[in-house]
Amino acid sequence: MRYLPLTDTDRADMLAKIGANSIDDLFVDVPAVAQLDGPIRELPMHASEMAVERHMKARANKNLAAGDAPFFLGAGAYRHHVPASVDTVIQRGEFLTAYTPYQPEIAQGTLQMLFEFQSQVARLYGCVVANASMYDGSTACWEAVAMAGRVTRRHRAVLSGALHPHYSQVVKTMAQFTGDTIADAMPAIQTEPDNAGLISRIDEDTACVVVQYPDILGRIPDLTELADAAHAKGALLVVVNTEPVALGAIKSPGEMGADIVVGEGQSIGVGLQFGGPYLGLFAVRDPKHVRQMPGRLCGETTDAEGKRGFVLTLSAREQHIRREKATSNICTNSGLCALAFNVHMTLLGEKGLRELAAENHRLACIAADRLEKIPGVSLLNSAFFNEFTLQLGGKPARDVVRSLADRGVLGGVSLDRLYPGVAGLEDALLVAVTETATEEDIETLASELEGVLS
Amino acid sequence: MNAPNKSGWKPEMQVSEDGLHNGPSTTTGNRALMLEEPLIFEIGHAETTGVDLPEIDPGAPNRLGGFDRMDPIGLVGLTEPETVRHYTRLSRQNYGIDLGFFPLGSCTMKHNPRLNEKVARLPGFADIHPLQPVQTVQGALEVMNELAHWLLTLTGMHSVAMSLKAGAHGELCGILCIRAALEARGDAREVVLVPESAHGTNPATAAFANYRVENIPATPAGRVDLEALKARLGPDVAAVMITNPNTCGLFEPDLREISDAVHAAGGFVYCDGANFNAIVGRVRPGDLGVDAMHINLHKTFSTPHGGGGPGSGPVVLSEALAPFMPLPYTARTADGVVHLVEEEQADDFAREHFGGELSSFGRMTAFHGQMGMFTRALTYMLSHGADGLKQVAEDAVLNANYVLRSLEDILHAPFADSGPCMHEALFGDKDFGGGLSTLDLAKALIDEGYHPMTVYFPLVVHGAMLVEPTETESKASIDQFITAFRSVAERALAGDESMKQAPYYAPRRRLDETQAARKPKLAWQDPELSA
Repeated sequence: MRYLPLTDTDRADMLAKIGANSIDDLFVDVPAVAQLDGPIRELPMHASEMAVERHMKARANKNLAAGDAPFFLGAGAYRHHVPASVDTVIQRGEFLTAYTPYQPEIAQGTLQMLFEFQSQVARLYGCVVANASMYDGSTACWEAVAMAGRVTRRHRAVLSGALHPHYSQVVKTMAQFTGDTIADAMPAIQTEPDNAGLISRIDEDTACVVVQYPDILGRIPDLTELADAAHAKGALLVVVNTEPVALGAIKSPGEMGADIVVGEGQSIGVGLQFGGPYLGLFAVRDPKHVRQMPGRLCGETTDAEGKRGFVLTLSAREQHIRREKATSNICTNSGLCALAFNVHMTLLGEKGLRELAAENHRLACIAADRLEKIPGVSLLNSAFFNEFTLQLGGKPARDVVRSLADRGVLGGVSLDRLYPGVAGLEDALLVAVTETATEEDIETLASELEGVLS
Repeated sequence: MNAPNKSGWKPEMQVSEDGLHNGPSTTTGNRALMLEEPLIFEIGHAETTGVDLPEIDPGAPNRLGGFDRMDPIGLVGLTEPETVRHYTRLSRQNYGIDLGFFPLGSCTMKHNPRLNEKVARLPGFADIHPLQPVQTVQGALEVMNELAHWLLTLTGMHSVAMSLKAGAHGELCGILCIRAALEARGDAREVVLVPESAHGTNPATAAFANYRVENIPATPAGRVDLEALKARLGPDVAAVMITNPNTCGLFEPDLREISDAVHAAGGFVYCDGANFNAIVGRVRPGDLGVDAMHINLHKTFSTPHGGGGPGSGPVVLSEALAPFMPLPYTARTADGVVHLVEEEQADDFAREHFGGELSSFGRMTAFHGQMGMFTRALTYMLSHGADGLKQVAEDAVLNANYVLRSLEDILHAPFADSGPCMHEALFGDKDFGGGLSTLDLAKALIDEGYHPMTVYFPLVVHGAMLVEPTETESKASIDQFITAFRSVAERALAGDESMKQAPYYAPRRRLDETQAARKPKLAWQDPELSA
């Protein structure tokens, strides 16, 4: 077995040193009822690298890769070009095969990277402090709701109807067990986000208002009036962003008054990967909230010779110290994805991020204009970044998406996939357009959509 | 890269007082291959980029609704050569499995096979969107099902929830399944019993699920005290959370009896699967009466730790808990088609396959789970096969016992007399001289070129040192480690004062964690602005 260095001679010598007759002597504590008499028969025996690769490749080939078709899916996961050097860096064994940096003297690479990452995320979000990452955007969203409860000592969260439904479901699922009250809603299919409706649901018991920016329909809500309304009732504004590239073009949530900003970082450096691993981002605007944050934090300090160095800090919030009194049970973050984000964002820089955002918006505008011209299709949004909602004149969007796939076009996400069976949403199609789409792809989508709808 | 930068910061290396770094200091602060590296904010610029994109056309259509970001974001960029060099230099300040022996107890730092990386990057896996029409991702769903099949066969369990993002997330899922199952039968219980040797996530998880945590004591032999546990069971106990093999590296021989007693009292058994590597392919937890167990794919099944994640924590469940598992999950029906069970099919599927109206307690994450980890873990399983995985457990246990028996004459090994250990050997700091601690020994091991073992865990042993060699070390590698460990142990017992300042040869000396926590500096600030 190519991954097991011990030889039979080694094993015999080691058993002799231990004073055991056979390997079975080392498993004496296992009760007889649980002792297997040999390799599990229902599973195959070991296989060569070549054979395993062949097996896995056969499965990979059954999938239609996004790069092999005109591709327009978003709804919380976006396809962007990841520069080749990102993967080169994250495959370096010193990063790939390192552990959580609990021994900082030999983990400065990971720690300095995390410090840079935290700084990038804080700036992108218009906040002062970001943590070293969470599992993904949806779990970061729940952690923000939980944190708002700790800060305000209130236990009611008001969710925008235009928050990604998976995020709402995660929050509602977790709240069942903590006893928090979650006031959620369905998305209102209208041109502008329903800020007034959301504001009307804030009351004196509200810990936080959770709003997505841009929202699930691609609209761009005015966060300033939401922040004012939340703050007037003593609640925090939690802003969720699922497309960080947007923040190269539109104002940061922090500068518009958000208290906690969370989101999905997958767009920067991390590929689609069928939904994971992704990268949860988490930041706060007010430094006094830092000690209520969940997850790991990397901080700057000095070593015994006075040289700058970095360590994990404020760990008194965490489970391995606080046990049942921890702010969260989280143990793992998404370190390698944070590195990918850090490297990609460093390659982009301010200039590159702004240009990337502009290119996304330019192509999305072209696509919106073209698709809107198709008979029976209307564009819902007045404002959008790189994703917008089309209404297909009563045609079920789920079927349209499947028909487009049969024609070799990955044409978007139907709202019915996200809100199965909800009346009034069946004919809505989310279309995301990133820099990876060509104008030719847009034309292909338009003509195939025309064909499917006619 | 070490040119003076706008912050004026320049790394400095000084000759240390102990004289161990004798030799002239250098202008750059570098010492040959030990290279200092500034932060990107000290070397990058707002106008520099390593990506070629079209210039922004100020006259282009703008449908941002008037929310244009006008103020500088504060990001800096580097070109590709500068970027690659920056991170390559940073990487060299890290220790990884690829560099050397990494005996971090309970973390299972085994070799990460590179075939796994290659497979995970196939476009058919890496470049598919989670919401693509299912007809275009049948291969991905098959991988999830195939991995599920392996996990269920290896554990002897009924069902598996795949979406969980890491061990602690899976653990939470397991406890929430238990809570949902109890509530479904109208049985409100308040207490979760946790052995005092438990991993910190266990009590944190139980507390999150609104349970009161009570500790169960250990026996002098380092096992759960069966009689104390039995005495505490009753109608208020929802679950017992047990790690097996436990955090002392020992198998819980009474687990079957514990399970039977817990079930008889109407509760459930949660098993923390962090240490599954010791028994994979040799023992099925399902045979021991476990109701739920998370599996850290990044431990037993070799997906890389990546400097702290991403992990993946599927949860295997007993038949009693299966109907409650979170969405989405995959299942193959009699016609051979692989289905992704999401919210819309959940009720029908539960009725058809779980024979009732019971159904999922909800959703714990967006999308379907850590696909990038599934492909790596399945590749690993297929490579080893049933025979290879059994050998994994046996070699991991053999290596740990070899370490235990090679060092028990010099180091306090609190449970060595009670028989063999499993995959990790536990030592304590008894008889260290000169006020030296486990931490000092760990830092001295760094100078010897090793990543230290897990220290101060489990909490039940004073100055604990938990050594997990894993199965991917050769005998020569382990022998070399034993020699090094023995030498630092001898120095600790002799009270060698110099250890208090170790490490001497790492990229950094001991770091001031108190200062970091007292005045937290958690993000870069431009010196001009903060001055």
